[in-house]
Amino acid sequence: MNIEEIKKEFPQFEANKELVFLDTAASSLTPSSVIEAVEDYYKNYRANTHRGLYKEAEKATSKFEEARSRVAAFIGAQSEEIVFSSGATLASNMLFNSLEETFEYKEGDEILTTTVEHHAMLLPLQRLAKRKGMKIQHASFSDEYMIDEVALHKQITERTKIVAVTLASNVLGCVTDIAEVVKKAHAVGALVVVDGTAIVGHVPINVSVLGVDCMFFSGHKMCGPTGIGVLYGKSTVLKALEPSIVGGGMIDDVTLTNATWADSPQRFEGGTQNIAGAIGLTEAVKYLDSIGVAHIQTHCRELVAYVREKLDAVEGVKIYTAPSEHNVGIVSFMLEGIHSHDVAEILGKKNIAVRAGHHCASPLHKELGIPATVRASFYVYNTKCDIDALVAGIEEVKSIFKK
Amino acid sequence: MSEEIYKQHILDHYNTPKNKEMLFEADIELPAKNASCGDSYVLYMNIENGCIHEATFSGVGCAISQAAASILTEKVKGMTIEHAQKITEEDVYTMLGVEITIGRQKCALLIYNALQEALESL
Repeated sequence: MNIEEIKKEFPQFEANKELVFLDTAASSLTPSSVIEAVEDYYKNYRANTHRGLYKEAEKATSKFEEARSRVAAFIGAQSEEIVFSSGATLASNMLFNSLEETFEYKEGDEILTTTVEHHAMLLPLQRLAKRKGMKIQHASFSDEYMIDEVALHKQITERTKIVAVTLASNVLGCVTDIAEVVKKAHAVGALVVVDGTAIVGHVPINVSVLGVDCMFFSGHKMCGPTGIGVLYGKSTVLKALEPSIVGGGMIDDVTLTNATWADSPQRFEGGTQNIAGAIGLTEAVKYLDSIGVAHIQTHCRELVAYVREKLDAVEGVKIYTAPSEHNVGIVSFMLEGIHSHDVAEILGKKNIAVRAGHHCASPLHKELGIPATVRASFYVYNTKCDIDALVAGIEEVKSIFKK
Repeated sequence: MSEEIYKQHILDHYNTPKNKEMLFEADIELPAKNASCGDSYVLYMNIENGCIHEATFSGVGCAISQAAASILTEKVKGMTIEHAQKITEEDVYTMLGVEITIGRQKCALLIYNALQEALESL
Protein backbone atom coordinates (compact mmCIF):
# COMPACT_ATOMS: atom_id res chain seq x y z
CA MET A 1 0.00 0.00 0.00
CA ASN A 2 1.33 3.36 -1.01
CA ILE A 3 -0.11 5.63 1.65
CA GLU A 4 1.06 8.85 0.04
CA GLU A 5 -0.88 7.92 -3.11
CA ILE A 6 -3.88 6.87 -1.03
CA LYS A 7 -3.92 10.19 0.81
CA LYS A 8 -4.33 11.99 -2.52
CA GLU A 9 -7.73 10.28 -2.85
CA PHE A 10 -8.95 12.07 0.27
CA PRO A 11 -9.52 15.79 -0.39
CA GLN A 12 -9.57 16.67 3.30
CA PHE A 13 -5.81 16.24 3.35
CA GLU A 14 -5.68 18.86 0.61
CA ALA A 15 -7.93 21.20 2.61
CA ASN A 16 -5.70 20.83 5.67
CA LYS A 17 -2.22 19.73 4.71
CA GLU A 18 -1.16 19.49 8.35
CA LEU A 19 -4.01 17.17 9.30
CA VAL A 20 -3.08 14.10 11.33
CA PHE A 21 -6.40 12.31 11.29
CA LEU A 22 -6.69 9.68 14.01
CA ASP A 23 -10.46 9.71 14.48
CA THR A 24 -11.79 7.20 11.96
CA ALA A 25 -13.58 5.28 14.70
CA ALA A 26 -15.80 8.36 15.07
CA SER A 27 -16.12 8.93 11.33
CA SER A 28 -13.70 8.22 8.52
CA LEU A 29 -12.62 10.62 5.81
CA THR A 30 -14.27 10.42 2.40
CA PRO A 31 -12.48 9.55 -0.84
CA SER A 32 -13.15 11.67 -3.94
CA SER A 33 -14.94 8.85 -5.75
CA VAL A 34 -17.61 8.75 -3.04
CA ILE A 35 -18.09 12.51 -3.10
CA GLU A 36 -18.31 12.48 -6.91
CA ALA A 37 -20.89 9.69 -6.91
CA VAL A 38 -23.09 11.60 -4.47
CA GLU A 39 -22.71 14.76 -6.51
CA ASP A 40 -23.46 12.90 -9.73
CA TYR A 41 -26.77 11.70 -8.31
CA TYR A 42 -27.83 15.15 -7.16
CA LYS A 43 -26.68 16.83 -10.35
CA ASN A 44 -27.72 14.38 -13.00
CA TYR A 45 -30.38 11.88 -11.98
CA ARG A 46 -31.92 12.98 -8.75
CA ALA A 47 -35.28 11.25 -8.41
CA ASN A 48 -37.02 9.01 -5.95
CA THR A 49 -36.54 5.27 -6.20
CA HIS A 50 -39.05 2.54 -7.00
CA ARG A 51 -41.66 5.04 -8.10
CA GLY A 52 -41.03 7.08 -11.22
CA LEU A 53 -41.23 5.73 -14.77
CA TYR A 54 -38.83 8.17 -16.34
CA LYS A 55 -35.16 7.82 -17.12
CA GLU A 56 -33.76 9.52 -14.02
CA ALA A 57 -36.00 7.62 -11.64
CA GLU A 58 -35.04 4.36 -13.24
CA LYS A 59 -31.38 5.16 -12.96
CA ALA A 60 -31.77 6.20 -9.31
CA THR A 61 -33.58 2.93 -8.60
CA SER A 62 -30.99 0.81 -10.34
CA LYS A 63 -28.14 2.63 -8.57
CA PHE A 64 -29.87 2.22 -5.22
CA GLU A 65 -30.35 -1.50 -5.83
CA GLU A 66 -26.77 -1.77 -7.06
CA ALA A 67 -25.74 -0.44 -3.65
CA ARG A 68 -27.69 -3.22 -2.02
CA SER A 69 -25.97 -5.91 -4.07
CA ARG A 70 -22.49 -4.35 -3.69
CA VAL A 71 -22.85 -4.08 0.07
CA ALA A 72 -24.24 -7.62 0.22
CA ALA A 73 -21.24 -8.99 -1.68
CA PHE A 74 -18.90 -6.99 0.55
CA ILE A 75 -20.08 -8.79 3.69
CA GLY A 76 -20.89 -12.18 2.18
CA ALA A 77 -24.66 -11.74 2.16
CA GLN A 78 -27.46 -11.86 -0.41
CA SER A 79 -29.00 -8.61 -1.72
CA GLU A 80 -32.37 -9.28 -0.11
CA GLU A 81 -30.64 -9.55 3.25
CA ILE A 82 -29.54 -5.91 3.20
CA VAL A 83 -31.79 -3.24 4.70
CA PHE A 84 -30.67 0.37 4.49
CA SER A 85 -31.00 2.73 7.42
CA SER A 86 -29.49 6.02 8.51
CA GLY A 87 -26.73 4.27 10.41
CA ALA A 88 -25.95 1.65 13.02
CA THR A 89 -28.07 3.28 15.72
CA LEU A 90 -31.25 3.36 13.67
CA ALA A 91 -30.57 -0.15 12.35
CA SER A 92 -30.16 -1.48 15.86
CA ASN A 93 -33.30 0.27 17.08
CA MET A 94 -35.27 -1.03 14.10
CA LEU A 95 -34.06 -4.54 14.76
CA PHE A 96 -34.79 -4.66 18.48
CA ASN A 97 -38.19 -3.04 17.98
CA SER A 98 -38.97 -5.60 15.29
CA LEU A 99 -37.89 -8.44 17.56
CA GLU A 100 -40.17 -7.11 20.29
CA GLU A 101 -43.05 -6.81 17.83
CA THR A 102 -42.53 -10.27 16.41
CA PHE A 103 -41.60 -12.66 19.19
CA GLU A 104 -43.33 -13.63 22.39
CA TYR A 105 -40.54 -12.90 24.85
CA LYS A 106 -41.49 -13.50 28.44
CA GLU A 107 -40.25 -12.83 31.93
CA GLY A 108 -37.18 -14.87 32.71
CA ASP A 109 -35.99 -14.99 29.10
CA GLU A 110 -32.43 -13.78 28.79
CA ILE A 111 -30.41 -11.51 26.55
CA LEU A 112 -26.70 -12.19 26.69
CA THR A 113 -24.38 -9.33 25.89
CA THR A 114 -21.05 -7.84 27.00
CA THR A 115 -19.94 -4.93 29.13
CA VAL A 116 -18.03 -3.34 26.25
CA GLU A 117 -21.02 -2.64 23.99
CA HIS A 118 -21.62 0.71 22.36
CA HIS A 119 -24.82 2.41 23.49
CA ALA A 120 -26.28 1.73 20.03
CA MET A 121 -26.42 -1.94 20.98
CA LEU A 122 -26.89 -1.62 24.71
CA LEU A 123 -29.80 0.81 24.91
CA PRO A 124 -32.21 -0.85 22.45
CA LEU A 125 -31.64 -4.22 24.11
CA GLN A 126 -32.06 -2.70 27.57
CA ARG A 127 -35.39 -1.26 26.51
CA LEU A 128 -36.54 -4.58 25.08
CA ALA A 129 -35.52 -6.33 28.28
CA LYS A 130 -37.37 -3.80 30.46
CA ARG A 131 -40.54 -3.98 28.43
CA LYS A 132 -40.63 -7.76 28.42
CA GLY A 133 -39.20 -8.47 31.86
CA MET A 134 -36.20 -10.17 30.29
CA LYS A 135 -32.96 -10.52 32.14
CA ILE A 136 -29.69 -9.16 30.74
CA GLN A 137 -26.54 -11.20 31.30
CA HIS A 138 -23.12 -9.71 30.68
CA ALA A 139 -19.77 -11.16 29.80
CA SER A 140 -16.80 -8.95 30.51
CA PHE A 141 -13.31 -8.58 29.07
CA SER A 142 -9.91 -10.02 29.91
CA ASP A 143 -6.72 -8.45 31.22
CA GLU A 144 -5.67 -8.12 27.61
CA TYR A 145 -8.81 -6.08 26.89
CA MET A 146 -10.37 -8.84 24.82
CA ILE A 147 -14.03 -9.86 25.14
CA ASP A 148 -14.15 -13.00 27.29
CA GLU A 149 -15.60 -15.43 24.75
CA VAL A 150 -15.38 -18.32 27.20
CA ALA A 151 -17.60 -16.45 29.67
CA LEU A 152 -20.00 -15.62 26.87
CA HIS A 153 -20.12 -19.24 25.82
CA LYS A 154 -20.70 -20.43 29.37
CA GLN A 155 -23.59 -18.07 29.97
CA ILE A 156 -25.65 -19.32 27.05
CA THR A 157 -28.50 -21.40 28.44
CA GLU A 158 -31.93 -22.61 27.39
CA ARG A 159 -33.26 -19.29 28.66
CA THR A 160 -31.05 -17.27 26.28
CA LYS A 161 -33.14 -15.79 23.48
CA ILE A 162 -30.75 -13.22 22.06
CA VAL A 163 -26.96 -13.06 22.06
CA ALA A 164 -25.94 -9.49 21.28
CA VAL A 165 -22.22 -8.87 20.91
CA THR A 166 -20.00 -6.41 19.14
CA LEU A 167 -17.64 -7.88 16.55
CA ALA A 168 -15.10 -5.24 17.54
CA SER A 169 -15.06 -2.80 20.44
CA ASN A 170 -14.96 0.87 19.46
CA VAL A 171 -12.81 1.55 22.54
CA LEU A 172 -10.64 -1.51 23.15
CA GLY A 173 -10.26 -2.33 19.45
CA CYS A 174 -10.60 -6.04 20.21
CA VAL A 175 -12.03 -8.36 17.56
CA THR A 176 -14.46 -10.95 18.90
CA ASP A 177 -13.99 -14.55 17.90
CA ILE A 178 -17.64 -15.41 17.73
CA ALA A 179 -17.66 -18.85 16.03
CA GLU A 180 -18.20 -21.04 19.09
CA VAL A 181 -20.66 -18.60 20.61
CA VAL A 182 -22.77 -18.71 17.45
CA LYS A 183 -22.82 -22.52 17.46
CA LYS A 184 -23.97 -22.75 21.04
CA ALA A 185 -26.47 -19.91 20.68
CA HIS A 186 -28.05 -21.62 17.71
CA ALA A 187 -28.10 -24.94 19.54
CA VAL A 188 -30.40 -23.38 22.14
CA GLY A 189 -32.41 -21.51 19.53
CA ALA A 190 -31.08 -18.03 20.38
CA LEU A 191 -30.71 -15.30 17.81
CA VAL A 192 -27.21 -13.86 17.33
CA VAL A 193 -27.06 -10.10 16.75
CA VAL A 194 -23.68 -8.48 16.17
CA ASP A 195 -22.52 -4.88 15.96
CA GLY A 196 -20.25 -4.59 12.94
CA THR A 197 -19.76 -0.83 13.09
CA ALA A 198 -16.11 -0.80 14.14
CA ILE A 199 -15.09 -3.75 11.98
CA VAL A 200 -16.83 -3.68 8.59
CA GLY A 201 -14.47 -2.15 6.05
CA HIS A 202 -11.57 -2.61 8.45
CA VAL A 203 -11.35 -6.40 8.65
CA PRO A 204 -12.77 -8.81 6.04
CA ILE A 205 -16.19 -9.94 7.26
CA ASN A 206 -18.35 -12.71 5.87
CA VAL A 207 -21.65 -13.01 7.68
CA SER A 208 -22.44 -16.34 6.05
CA VAL A 209 -19.22 -17.85 7.37
CA LEU A 210 -19.73 -16.26 10.80
CA GLY A 211 -23.27 -17.61 10.82
CA VAL A 212 -24.68 -14.60 12.68
CA ASP A 213 -28.37 -13.84 12.27
CA CYS A 214 -28.24 -10.06 12.21
CA MET A 215 -25.59 -7.38 11.98
CA PHE A 216 -25.75 -3.62 11.85
CA PHE A 217 -23.14 -1.08 10.83
CA SER A 218 -22.70 2.49 9.58
CA GLY A 219 -21.34 3.60 6.23
CA HIS A 220 -19.51 6.64 7.53
CA LYS A 221 -16.78 4.74 9.38
CA MET A 222 -15.77 2.95 6.18
CA CYS A 223 -15.35 5.83 3.73
CA GLY A 224 -19.06 6.16 2.98
CA PRO A 225 -21.22 9.24 3.45
CA THR A 226 -22.89 10.02 6.77
CA GLY A 227 -26.54 9.10 7.16
CA ILE A 228 -26.34 5.68 5.55
CA GLY A 229 -26.12 2.41 7.42
CA VAL A 230 -27.05 -1.20 7.06
CA LEU A 231 -29.07 -3.80 8.86
CA TYR A 232 -28.12 -7.23 7.67
CA GLY A 233 -30.56 -10.00 8.50
CA LYS A 234 -30.44 -13.61 7.42
CA SER A 235 -33.14 -14.00 4.82
CA THR A 236 -35.14 -16.43 6.99
CA VAL A 237 -34.94 -14.00 9.92
CA LEU A 238 -35.97 -10.91 7.95
CA LYS A 239 -38.88 -12.76 6.40
CA ALA A 240 -40.21 -13.57 9.87
CA LEU A 241 -39.83 -10.08 11.32
CA GLU A 242 -42.49 -7.42 11.66
CA PRO A 243 -41.42 -3.95 10.50
CA SER A 244 -40.79 -1.30 13.13
CA ILE A 245 -41.23 1.68 10.82
CA VAL A 246 -44.43 1.82 8.81
CA GLY A 247 -45.44 4.21 6.05
CA GLY A 248 -44.72 4.79 2.39
CA GLY A 249 -42.90 2.28 0.26
CA MET A 250 -43.03 -0.71 2.58
CA ILE A 251 -46.51 -2.05 1.92
CA ASP A 252 -48.18 -4.78 -0.05
CA ASP A 253 -51.70 -3.41 0.23
CA VAL A 254 -53.44 -0.75 2.29
CA THR A 255 -57.10 -0.25 3.10
CA LEU A 256 -58.58 2.40 5.36
CA THR A 257 -58.32 0.12 8.33
CA ASN A 258 -55.53 -2.31 7.54
CA ALA A 259 -52.22 -2.82 5.78
CA THR A 260 -50.11 -5.74 4.70
CA TRP A 261 -46.37 -5.56 4.26
CA ALA A 262 -44.09 -5.90 1.28
CA ASP A 263 -41.45 -8.61 1.32
CA SER A 264 -38.14 -7.92 2.99
CA PRO A 265 -36.00 -5.91 2.60
CA GLN A 266 -38.52 -3.27 1.36
CA ARG A 267 -40.71 -4.06 4.37
CA PHE A 268 -38.10 -2.41 6.56
CA GLU A 269 -37.46 0.62 4.37
CA GLY A 270 -40.46 2.84 5.02
CA GLY A 271 -40.16 6.34 3.58
CA THR A 272 -37.72 7.75 1.06
CA GLN A 273 -34.30 6.36 1.77
CA ASN A 274 -30.94 8.10 1.76
CA ILE A 275 -30.49 7.40 -1.94
CA ALA A 276 -27.36 9.50 -2.35
CA GLY A 277 -25.94 7.88 0.75
CA ALA A 278 -26.46 4.39 -0.62
CA ILE A 279 -24.92 5.39 -3.95
CA GLY A 280 -21.96 6.85 -2.08
CA LEU A 281 -21.66 3.67 -0.06
CA THR A 282 -21.33 1.67 -3.29
CA GLU A 283 -18.31 3.74 -4.17
CA ALA A 284 -16.88 3.36 -0.68
CA VAL A 285 -17.14 -0.41 -0.98
CA LYS A 286 -15.58 -0.32 -4.45
CA TYR A 287 -12.77 1.83 -3.10
CA LEU A 288 -12.07 -0.49 -0.17
CA ASP A 289 -12.22 -3.51 -2.48
CA SER A 290 -9.70 -1.86 -4.81
CA ILE A 291 -7.22 -1.66 -1.93
CA GLY A 292 -8.28 -4.90 -0.30
CA VAL A 293 -9.75 -4.95 3.19
CA ALA A 294 -7.24 -7.62 4.22
CA HIS A 295 -4.44 -5.20 3.36
CA ILE A 296 -6.10 -2.48 5.39
CA GLN A 297 -6.36 -4.87 8.31
CA THR A 298 -2.65 -5.71 8.15
CA HIS A 299 -1.74 -2.05 7.82
CA CYS A 300 -3.83 -1.05 10.86
CA ARG A 301 -2.40 -3.88 12.95
CA GLU A 302 1.10 -2.64 12.15
CA LEU A 303 0.13 0.85 13.21
CA VAL A 304 -1.38 -0.43 16.46
CA ALA A 305 1.80 -2.37 17.21
CA TYR A 306 3.86 0.73 16.49
CA VAL A 307 1.77 3.11 18.58
CA ARG A 308 1.73 0.67 21.49
CA GLU A 309 5.48 0.40 21.39
CA LYS A 310 5.82 4.20 21.28
CA LEU A 311 3.24 4.89 23.99
CA ASP A 312 4.66 2.21 26.26
CA ALA A 313 7.81 4.31 26.37
CA VAL A 314 5.95 7.44 27.48
CA GLU A 315 5.75 7.78 31.23
CA GLY A 316 2.28 8.31 32.62
CA VAL A 317 0.42 6.72 29.70
CA LYS A 318 -1.96 3.87 30.47
CA ILE A 319 -3.25 1.94 27.47
CA TYR A 320 -6.63 0.18 27.37
CA THR A 321 -6.33 -1.70 24.15
CA ALA A 322 -6.34 -5.23 22.73
CA PRO A 323 -3.06 -6.62 21.36
CA SER A 324 -2.33 -5.58 17.78
CA GLU A 325 -2.93 -9.03 16.30
CA HIS A 326 -6.54 -8.90 17.53
CA ASN A 327 -7.11 -5.20 17.00
CA VAL A 328 -9.14 -3.35 14.33
CA GLY A 329 -6.98 -0.25 14.60
CA ILE A 330 -8.14 1.46 17.80
CA VAL A 331 -5.95 2.50 20.71
CA SER A 332 -7.47 4.12 23.81
CA PHE A 333 -5.34 5.56 26.57
CA MET A 334 -5.14 7.95 29.47
CA LEU A 335 -2.50 10.35 30.59
CA GLU A 336 -1.97 10.30 34.31
CA GLY A 337 -3.41 13.38 36.02
CA ILE A 338 -4.65 14.95 32.80
CA HIS A 339 -8.26 14.79 31.66
CA SER A 340 -8.75 13.32 28.21
CA HIS A 341 -10.51 16.46 26.95
CA ASP A 342 -7.47 18.53 27.78
CA VAL A 343 -5.25 16.06 25.95
CA ALA A 344 -7.55 16.09 22.92
CA GLU A 345 -7.80 19.88 22.87
CA ILE A 346 -4.05 20.42 22.88
CA LEU A 347 -3.60 17.72 20.23
CA GLY A 348 -6.40 19.34 18.22
CA LYS A 349 -4.60 22.68 18.24
CA LYS A 350 -1.68 20.83 16.69
CA ASN A 351 -3.95 19.45 13.94
CA ILE A 352 -4.01 16.02 15.50
CA ALA A 353 -7.58 14.74 15.47
CA VAL A 354 -8.39 12.26 18.22
CA ARG A 355 -11.51 11.66 20.26
CA ALA A 356 -11.89 12.10 24.00
CA GLY A 357 -14.68 10.87 26.23
CA HIS A 358 -16.39 7.57 26.84
CA HIS A 359 -17.06 6.99 23.14
CA CYS A 360 -20.67 5.99 23.78
CA ALA A 361 -19.47 3.09 25.90
CA SER A 362 -20.14 4.49 29.35
CA PRO A 363 -20.55 1.17 31.23
CA LEU A 364 -17.21 0.02 29.84
CA HIS A 365 -15.49 3.11 31.22
CA LYS A 366 -17.22 2.61 34.56
CA GLU A 367 -15.83 -0.92 34.62
CA LEU A 368 -12.39 0.38 33.71
CA GLY A 369 -12.80 2.79 36.62
CA ILE A 370 -12.03 5.90 34.59
CA PRO A 371 -14.26 8.74 33.43
CA ALA A 372 -12.90 8.97 29.92
CA THR A 373 -10.14 7.95 27.52
CA VAL A 374 -8.35 9.48 24.59
CA ARG A 375 -8.84 7.36 21.50
CA ALA A 376 -6.61 7.25 18.44
CA SER A 377 -7.98 5.17 15.58
CA PHE A 378 -6.28 4.22 12.36
CA TYR A 379 -7.29 3.56 8.79
CA VAL A 380 -6.04 3.24 5.29
CA TYR A 381 -4.64 6.79 5.12
CA ASN A 382 -2.56 6.72 8.33
CA THR A 383 1.18 6.38 8.59
CA LYS A 384 3.81 5.91 11.25
CA CYS A 385 4.52 9.63 10.86
CA ASP A 386 1.02 10.29 12.19
CA ILE A 387 1.89 8.24 15.24
CA ASP A 388 5.17 10.07 15.72
CA ALA A 389 3.19 13.33 15.63
CA LEU A 390 0.76 11.93 18.19
CA VAL A 391 3.53 10.89 20.54
CA ALA A 392 5.27 14.27 20.20
CA GLY A 393 1.92 15.92 20.89
CA ILE A 394 1.45 13.84 24.02
CA GLU A 395 4.87 14.89 25.25
CA GLU A 396 3.84 18.49 24.73
CA VAL A 397 0.61 17.96 26.66
CA LYS A 398 2.66 16.57 29.50
CA SER A 399 5.02 19.52 29.48
CA ILE A 400 2.10 22.01 29.53
CA PHE A 401 0.58 20.25 32.52
CA LYS A 402 3.86 19.73 34.33
CA LYS A 403 3.41 21.08 37.83
CA MET B 1 3.84 27.31 25.76
CA SER B 2 1.66 28.33 22.86
CA GLU B 3 -1.59 26.65 23.83
CA GLU B 4 -3.63 29.76 24.59
CA ILE B 5 -6.36 28.08 26.58
CA TYR B 6 -3.93 26.50 29.02
CA LYS B 7 -2.61 29.72 30.51
CA GLN B 8 -0.80 29.48 33.79
CA HIS B 9 -3.74 30.66 35.91
CA ILE B 10 -5.99 27.94 34.43
CA LEU B 11 -3.36 25.31 35.16
CA ASP B 12 -2.89 26.70 38.67
CA HIS B 13 -6.62 26.38 39.35
CA TYR B 14 -6.50 22.85 37.92
CA ASN B 15 -3.49 21.71 39.90
CA THR B 16 -4.37 23.50 43.13
CA PRO B 17 -8.06 24.32 42.98
CA LYS B 18 -9.69 26.62 45.49
CA ASN B 19 -12.67 25.40 47.50
CA LYS B 20 -12.27 21.79 46.43
CA GLU B 21 -13.70 20.05 49.44
CA MET B 22 -16.89 18.32 50.44
CA LEU B 23 -19.20 20.28 52.71
CA PHE B 24 -20.99 18.08 55.17
CA GLU B 25 -24.56 19.04 55.97
CA ALA B 26 -24.55 21.71 53.30
CA ASP B 27 -27.76 23.58 52.54
CA ILE B 28 -27.27 22.79 48.89
CA GLU B 29 -25.64 19.72 47.44
CA LEU B 30 -26.13 19.40 43.72
CA PRO B 31 -24.41 17.06 41.24
CA ALA B 32 -23.05 18.61 38.04
CA LYS B 33 -22.26 16.07 35.36
CA ASN B 34 -21.26 16.13 31.76
CA ALA B 35 -21.95 12.56 30.75
CA SER B 36 -20.29 12.75 27.35
CA CYS B 37 -16.86 13.68 28.68
CA GLY B 38 -17.06 12.12 32.10
CA ASP B 39 -16.83 15.32 34.14
CA SER B 40 -18.57 14.79 37.43
CA TYR B 41 -18.73 17.30 40.26
CA VAL B 42 -20.86 18.07 43.25
CA LEU B 43 -21.52 21.69 44.18
CA TYR B 44 -22.04 22.50 47.87
CA MET B 45 -23.31 25.75 49.35
CA ASN B 46 -24.32 27.08 52.70
CA ILE B 47 -26.75 29.97 52.67
CA GLU B 48 -27.15 32.45 55.49
CA ASN B 49 -29.39 35.52 55.50
CA GLY B 50 -29.77 35.51 51.73
CA CYS B 51 -26.02 35.26 51.22
CA ILE B 52 -23.85 32.46 49.94
CA HIS B 53 -21.85 31.83 53.05
CA GLU B 54 -19.81 28.96 51.69
CA ALA B 55 -19.38 27.45 48.21
CA THR B 56 -17.27 24.39 47.49
CA PHE B 57 -17.10 21.54 45.04
CA SER B 58 -15.78 18.00 44.77
CA GLY B 59 -15.29 15.61 41.88
CA VAL B 60 -13.24 15.17 38.72
CA GLY B 61 -13.08 16.85 35.36
CA CYS B 62 -10.95 18.60 32.80
CA ALA B 63 -8.80 21.66 33.39
CA ILE B 64 -11.42 24.05 32.08
CA SER B 65 -14.32 22.71 34.12
CA GLN B 66 -12.19 22.53 37.24
CA ALA B 67 -10.73 26.00 36.81
CA ALA B 68 -14.24 27.34 36.28
CA ALA B 69 -15.42 25.58 39.45
CA SER B 70 -12.51 26.96 41.40
CA ILE B 71 -12.93 30.52 40.13
CA LEU B 72 -16.71 30.59 40.39
CA THR B 73 -16.97 29.22 43.92
CA GLU B 74 -14.35 31.74 44.97
CA LYS B 75 -16.30 34.51 43.27
CA VAL B 76 -19.72 33.79 44.78
CA LYS B 77 -18.58 33.30 48.36
CA GLY B 78 -20.11 36.12 50.37
CA MET B 79 -22.38 37.26 47.54
CA THR B 80 -26.10 37.73 47.95
CA ILE B 81 -28.22 35.18 46.11
CA GLU B 82 -29.67 37.96 44.02
CA HIS B 83 -26.24 39.15 42.99
CA ALA B 84 -25.01 35.64 42.18
CA GLN B 85 -28.06 35.07 40.00
CA LYS B 86 -26.99 38.01 37.86
CA ILE B 87 -23.74 36.35 36.85
CA THR B 88 -23.97 35.53 33.14
CA GLU B 89 -22.29 32.93 30.96
CA GLU B 90 -20.21 35.71 29.46
CA ASP B 91 -19.05 36.64 32.94
CA VAL B 92 -17.78 33.09 33.42
CA TYR B 93 -15.82 33.25 30.17
CA THR B 94 -14.41 36.60 31.26
CA MET B 95 -13.41 35.20 34.64
CA LEU B 96 -11.67 32.29 32.92
CA GLY B 97 -9.80 34.79 30.79
CA VAL B 98 -9.15 32.37 27.93
CA GLU B 99 -10.93 31.77 24.67
CA ILE B 100 -13.62 29.15 25.13
CA THR B 101 -14.43 27.36 21.88
CA ILE B 102 -17.83 25.81 21.24
CA GLY B 103 -16.48 22.38 22.12
CA ARG B 104 -15.49 23.55 25.60
CA GLN B 105 -18.52 25.65 26.53
CA LYS B 106 -20.11 22.78 28.43
CA CYS B 107 -16.91 22.37 30.44
CA ALA B 108 -16.72 26.06 31.24
CA LEU B 109 -20.37 26.29 32.27
CA LEU B 110 -20.81 23.00 34.11
CA ILE B 111 -20.58 24.37 37.65
CA TYR B 112 -22.16 27.68 36.61
CA ASN B 113 -25.29 25.89 35.40
CA ALA B 114 -25.46 23.87 38.62
CA LEU B 115 -25.06 27.07 40.63
CA GLN B 116 -27.87 28.81 38.79
CA GLU B 117 -30.12 25.76 39.10
CA ALA B 118 -29.41 25.60 42.83
CA LEU B 119 -30.09 29.29 43.38
CA GLU B 120 -33.28 29.07 41.35
CA SER B 121 -34.53 26.28 43.60
CA LEU B 122 -34.11 28.28 46.80
